[in-house]
Amino acid sequence: MNRFAWLLDRLAYEPRRNGKLALIADYLRSTPDPDRGYALAAMTGGLVFRNAKPGLIRALIAERTDPVLFALSYDYVGDLSETVALMWPVADATPLQGGGEAPLPAAEPGHNRAPLTLPDVVAGLRNSGKTELPRLIASWLDALDETGRWALLKLITGGLRIGVSARLAKTAAASLGGIAPDEVEQVWHGLEPPYVQLFAWLEGRAPRPEATDPAPFRPVMLSHAVEDGDFDKLDANEFAAEWKWDGIRVQAVAGTRPDGSRVVRLYSRTGEEIGAAFPDLTEALTQDGAIDGELLVMREGVVQSFNTLQQRLNRKQVTAKMLAEFPAHIRAYDLLAEADDDLRSLPYTERRARLEAFLGRLDSARFDLSPRISFRSWEELTAARADPSAAGAGADAEAVEGCMLKRLDSPYLPGRPKGYWYKWKRDARLVDCVLMYAQRGHGKRSSFYSDYTFGVWRAGEAGADELVPVGKAYFGFTDEELIEIDRYVRKNTLNRFGPVREVTHTPSSGLVFEVAFEGLQRSTRHKSGIAMRFPRINRIRWDKPPGEADRIEALEALLRGG
Amino acid sequence: MKPSELLTPTPAGLYCPPADIHIDPVRPVARALITHGHSDHARAGHGAVLATSETLAIMALRYGEAFAGTRQPVAPGETVRIGAVDFRFVPAGHVLGSAQIVVEHKGLRIVVSGDYKRERDPTCAPFEPVPCDVFITEATFGLPVFRHPPAHAETAKLIDSVRLFPERTHIVGAYSLGKAQRLMALIREAGYERPIYIHGAVEKITELYRAEGVPLGDIRKVEPGERNAEGRRALAGEIVICPPSAIQDLWSRRFPDPVTAFASGWMRVRARARQKGVELPLVISDHAGWDDLQATIREVQANEIWITHGEAEALAHWCGSVGLRGKPLHLVGYGDEGEAEPEARPAEAEPAEVAP
Repeated sequence: MNRFAWLLDRLAYEPRRNGKLALIADYLRSTPDPDRGYALAAMTGGLVFRNAKPGLIRALIAERTDPVLFALSYDYVGDLSETVALMWPVADATPLQGGGEAPLPAAEPGHNRAPLTLPDVVAGLRNSGKTELPRLIASWLDALDETGRWALLKLITGGLRIGVSARLAKTAAASLGGIAPDEVEQVWHGLEPPYVQLFAWLEGRAPRPEATDPAPFRPVMLSHAVEDGDFDKLDANEFAAEWKWDGIRVQAVAGTRPDGSRVVRLYSRTGEEIGAAFPDLTEALTQDGAIDGELLVMREGVVQSFNTLQQRLNRKQVTAKMLAEFPAHIRAYDLLAEADDDLRSLPYTERRARLEAFLGRLDSARFDLSPRISFRSWEELTAARADPSAAGAGADAEAVEGCMLKRLDSPYLPGRPKGYWYKWKRDARLVDCVLMYAQRGHGKRSSFYSDYTFGVWRAGEAGADELVPVGKAYFGFTDEELIEIDRYVRKNTLNRFGPVREVTHTPSSGLVFEVAFEGLQRSTRHKSGIAMRFPRINRIRWDKPPGEADRIEALEALLRGG
Repeated sequence: MKPSELLTPTPAGLYCPPADIHIDPVRPVARALITHGHSDHARAGHGAVLATSETLAIMALRYGEAFAGTRQPVAPGETVRIGAVDFRFVPAGHVLGSAQIVVEHKGLRIVVSGDYKRERDPTCAPFEPVPCDVFITEATFGLPVFRHPPAHAETAKLIDSVRLFPERTHIVGAYSLGKAQRLMALIREAGYERPIYIHGAVEKITELYRAEGVPLGDIRKVEPGERNAEGRRALAGEIVICPPSAIQDLWSRRFPDPVTAFASGWMRVRARARQKGVELPLVISDHAGWDDLQATIREVQANEIWITHGEAEALAHWCGSVGLRGKPLHLVGYGDEGEAEPEARPAEAEPAEVAP
């Protein structure tokens, strides 16, 4: 447990991706089985404990601390696990004697017991009932130091939130065997924590594990953005085009075990399982195969906005009411496998034909085919992209965020291979905003003010105009421009709040950004009532007086469908 | 005599009517007693100043020789009578020259502790508990989440990191009066003998510590020439101590791929460290943590506890829970230098997250 706690602690403070990879790889290399396997499971979201919940932790700390002091502390720290880890009363934190050195805490509290290991913790959390769990967790918290308590509580409350994705952890594991992360993905879902077989393979002590999972995740194929001049080089006759739907890219996979039982899974683009939240989809996939498609909410045959879809996302459990109000749907792009047949090496046209036949047999209202856009030249496609409604998208045009171009002969390859698939998004909207706050960045940018909150004008209560924040962006500018903006922020600071600086923003003095964004949504979380999707700094308008920046009315008009 | 007749909070700071003096006044006054040299306690422009010789030297260094009309040094343990009131300066263990002031009149004893800590500090005399009727304490770290680990263990983390990343410069933020020198001494105690480099803003105070007889080993200022590529390479794998404000300032950009560390009691809270972009937090505090505040209050056996600044509500609440009278004084003006400086709380520091 100590080494695992140490790892989480270091990861939480390490801003650089490569730094995180090195830390995880080093841990996995130097930690024995099964400890390292459970650590990998924790980082990939593979450990879920049914009975261990945040409420249990709150109850434990409430029994041990003054409620006023706990409330003041929690309010100060802002994180339950950390507050409890820091406040947990330790038996030997006794007062000092005389005026000198405070007594050292015992090197290993509870030293008459063997030190707590991660496998002990996992077994305890899995096998203990609701009534015995509180006492067990309390005994562990008594025996651990502050970092150990923090790590244990993070593990129990789920979601480590230390800036490590499942993909990053698997990439670090793959580096042990010097293999591509996608190879780990391919065997991943046939394996269970603590992944002893996986490490044996990575370390060259055993053959590659059989991918026995009948419904594995297959690494997703991604596209490149169309760039200026691409159309001069590409032949329209060699490509198919489809709409790019504004939903969540998913993989719906169904298979049958040798014993005849069926397995149906829904994966996110990065291979996280999200099927539990979408029983309406998993029930509907009655044919064995692997569909690559877009998760959408569909009402009465019409695709709903991303905003509507969001209300069904990020929920571990769904109610009957949610299922009825936000019916989930998959618009299928591709078929990666059919029964035991891996189709990924086939060309796009053949996979497409197999997909159409598959959907015909499936015959479910929850699944439909993403239609092809008919075009003979890039000019025709340009026209279709400008008006999806007239070009076949019909009432669903609102949910189109651009076009996808796919080479007719392209196989389905993991990652972002060059030359096969292109995305051609709708033109981003542009709006002139005024810089209001700047925050320091991370990693290489940690000494630069690189994250910007900007606003547009609206009528204030006292009659004068005021700025209201509408978005936050941290890219779209060059390194040289970043240095200039950083200098501007430092010279025009009004106030400092920790890592954030408030920057001068009056009608006559301030900095204007031309901000590009993909869409707008109503939002109750923001003062302006509007949230931007994918904002980025398009241009820095050093020349423009802030008073001439846009007004909220302009965004309102766009939101109403202008 | 009631305690409030002997000492009373005023806008200028704590005032003692029978002696007509202020303690650590935040505005210019005729006669001031100063506990220690941090600028929120020791300000320029008073008529007469009584303080330890080290504190007077620190004030002269920072404000110039003309920082007060007259000055009078007082030795540790020495009693000075002003009017009919006795004042005694007793070590507080906070920084070089820091003292508690014991105020005694007609059988009533009040201890003004200033800022203090109980952990050993090789650069200053240790805190001496003095039994009293009223104890006036700070509460910078007056929440039960602030439990400081042993400073030598935190120092070992720094030295381990230097060993682990010999190609990276370790930039350590430390308050320029007190923390920086304590850290140097701790690093030396850990057996690290390489030169320690410092930012220009730390230089003069460090010289003063040396002149007062605190051994710190080979200390070198980072020279402007070390901006160039060759100079930067020379500082790879070295420890550089700078004021906290410099760790994310333009100044730090001269070092390639630095490890950013910060020595402060605030580093106990992760969000604090992340806000500052600190990769290597070192929980080393010059103020008493929660357990030591409690232990000290019990040890001096006072029935009444007055709390000057910091997390006064929480400490006053605890006093009530053990049958002591805890009273926040809400003194304004403390906490502008060093660890007591007010910053956004981690739970509040992020402005409302906006989009996507």
